[in-house]
Amino acid sequence: MRSVGDVTPDVVADALVQLVTTEPEGLLPARQQMALSLGWHIVIACFGVAFPAMIFVMHLRGIRRDDPVALGLAQRWAKASAVLFAIGAVSGTVLSFEMGLLWPGLMGTYGDVLGLPFAFEGLAFFIEAIFLGIYLYGWGRIPPKRHVLMVLPMAAMGIFGAYCVLAVNAWMNVPTGFRLVDGEVTDVQPWQVLFNSHAFLQFAHMWLAAYMVTGFAVAGVYAVGMLRGRRDEHHRLGFLVPFVFASVAAVAQPFMGHLLGAGLDERQPAKLAAFELATEEESPSPLRVGGVLVDGEVKGAIEVPFVGSILAMNSFDDPVPSLDDVPDEDEPPVNLTHWAFQTMVGIGSLLMAGVLWFWFQRRRGRDLLEKRWFLRAAAVAGPLAVVALEAGWVATEVGRQPWIVYGVMRTEEAAGSHSGLWWLLGATVVVYAGMTAGAVVVLRSMARRWRAGAVDLPSPYAPEVVAAAEGERR
Amino acid sequence: MSLEVVVAAALFVGVIAYAVLGGADFGSGFFDLTAGSARRGAEVRTLVDHSIGPVWEANHVWLIYVLVIWWTAFPESFAAAMTTLVLPLLLALLGIVLRGASFAFRKYSETLGQARLFGAIFATSSIITPFFFGTIAGAIASGRVPAEGRGDLWSSWLGPTPLFGGVIAVGTCAFLAGTFLVADAARAGHDRLAEELRTRALAVGVVTGAVVFAALSPIHEDAPTLSDGLAGRAAPLVVLSAVAGAATLWLLWRRRHQVARLTAVAAVAAVVSGWGVGQYPWLLVDEVTIAEAAGATATLQALLVAVGLAGVVVLPPLAYLFRLTQTEAWSRD
Repeated sequence: MRSVGDVTPDVVADALVQLVTTEPEGLLPARQQMALSLGWHIVIACFGVAFPAMIFVMHLRGIRRDDPVALGLAQRWAKASAVLFAIGAVSGTVLSFEMGLLWPGLMGTYGDVLGLPFAFEGLAFFIEAIFLGIYLYGWGRIPPKRHVLMVLPMAAMGIFGAYCVLAVNAWMNVPTGFRLVDGEVTDVQPWQVLFNSHAFLQFAHMWLAAYMVTGFAVAGVYAVGMLRGRRDEHHRLGFLVPFVFASVAAVAQPFMGHLLGAGLDERQPAKLAAFELATEEESPSPLRVGGVLVDGEVKGAIEVPFVGSILAMNSFDDPVPSLDDVPDEDEPPVNLTHWAFQTMVGIGSLLMAGVLWFWFQRRRGRDLLEKRWFLRAAAVAGPLAVVALEAGWVATEVGRQPWIVYGVMRTEEAAGSHSGLWWLLGATVVVYAGMTAGAVVVLRSMARRWRAGAVDLPSPYAPEVVAAAEGERR
Repeated sequence: MSLEVVVAAALFVGVIAYAVLGGADFGSGFFDLTAGSARRGAEVRTLVDHSIGPVWEANHVWLIYVLVIWWTAFPESFAAAMTTLVLPLLLALLGIVLRGASFAFRKYSETLGQARLFGAIFATSSIITPFFFGTIAGAIASGRVPAEGRGDLWSSWLGPTPLFGGVIAVGTCAFLAGTFLVADAARAGHDRLAEELRTRALAVGVVTGAVVFAALSPIHEDAPTLSDGLAGRAAPLVVLSAVAGAATLWLLWRRRHQVARLTAVAAVAAVVSGWGVGQYPWLLVDEVTIAEAAGATATLQALLVAVGLAGVVVLPPLAYLFRLTQTEAWSRD
């Protein structure tokens, strides 16, 4: 182990030379590009997975109880989802292109191994897009009872599509369905990839995350409205329906995460060691909250004895895997992985506690919606859930490094050798910032017009609107 | 037919569907861009919203279908094309992102200023995207993508066949969109609008036809393998495309708008199929054949299951969506 004193200019220069010579030019910008575009898309994708179910419940309530408030909410959500799904569709397409543009080594070698789940995901997306069109433009054009059913295929396919994508990611974590003979990929079994053993748990974890992100985010919009004094049935219902979805997911999520983690010590010991900041073998292992690894030593962590073994190993004395047992070249970036993991767990636990408190108080006849502090907390729950989602993805993806396909292909082997990827990253930042700004401006203006009493939101260039505006000017 | 060729055919069906359905959506950007001031263009832009709004996302998925089948069934050729045609691919992708996002943003814009900004982005990117897809098709068809990939970033797509391919793609999309928009306007009872669009669709059709004619000799020089195929095996499709294109012009001229849509679709489908049949058995012309490019057999079989399933579960709702959008109830505002 190296101490701070050893870091002479020579060592730094050595490390830099190594970095430059061993990493292909395209690796770092490709990583950042993928992180940006995937990290952006995953938030929108949550709405694609979870929002249809909430719209369905609201719409169905509207029809069943002849409730104009619920119908109005369903219609507004549908219009908002038209905007969200459009940017979700195009940012998802970006990822399809990037698979080939950024990771030609992965796609060229393993395209026929990992491709089948993507084919089924495409199928799911197809059905989703078709029924989105039918549902959005069907308001007032299809008999109501049939119309509401058009959401169901969207909801189902959002879930199935998510499963397929997660199956590919699970395969990257636990590769299966092929054999390597003298460096050649043979004996490809695509169905084994689609139904790989790890896929379902990873999917379930992400599925709950999607309900948390969407549920808390949508509920948060109405919490803000209530904070501003808009306390009517519209806001109460608009808060409660997504909040119920988010609550169920938030309570189930920690358990699901725990199930997903079972066996990680054997699947990817380096990732678990990084999660737990375990530098050397300890029995029993403590839980290290916070802290950073500096030159092989943990600094500033709060250690809780026994808990590391209990949470990570389901045992009172089994040690968690340690970084000492991992060759240096196979170590992930430890601090980032550790912090991302603990951020996710911390926020997840907080959200679970919050919803439990809300429903517990409600059972006792106290409505926390009357409390401003609760509404403020509910308003930040959405952004917090997004942070937890991103942190979770950072934890699992960075924690798998240096592998893109665990134990089989290193990320540097997958990257291309393009120069100019930094320019691409710069352009992507600009485009995504513009797209984010556009979505925020448009969605906020929609909400503003709805509050002002508009229902239809005609486009400002509609012939009648233009003619009316010209009439006023005269 | 061998397994690989069946999968390649399934892939190419996706290319044709994207060219026809996605192409018509992109082409409407041309009419949006040239619709004139806010007041003069209000009717056209509202018609564009109405025509492509319900269907563009579904039509867009054909592109995903093509990409996924390509990388799953023919992985190395996919990587080769992706590492060579980086620039046109990225520019097409930029167009896709901007088109989809700004189309959705414009529809729900609050002010005319916002709608103008998003509208300009929507319309311009709708023209850029088919251009670059056309260059990609031209680059592959003229043998500019090396089998091992990493071909030249510029010369791989800046040649006669790719550039003509791009221009022809833009023209074809606009012509296709023109016939659809004319038919939609006529069905909704906007006769004056239909007349205006009809004139422009006819002009676009004549110009596109002229470009195709002008491209024949350069493409013959530049892409011998493709032009041999076009003059040989694919000749019936080329003739069919020319006849259907001419028939569309004639039908538009005679104001048989509803029938003109069908011949326009036939013309585009025929010319795209002509390209596919013309370059058979090559996947990347002069470099890799379909058989050489194929991935694992088990994967190809599984893909056919997925494609078959798509035929059963995707096509009926897609037909339902198209039927709904083409009926009277939907034509009302």
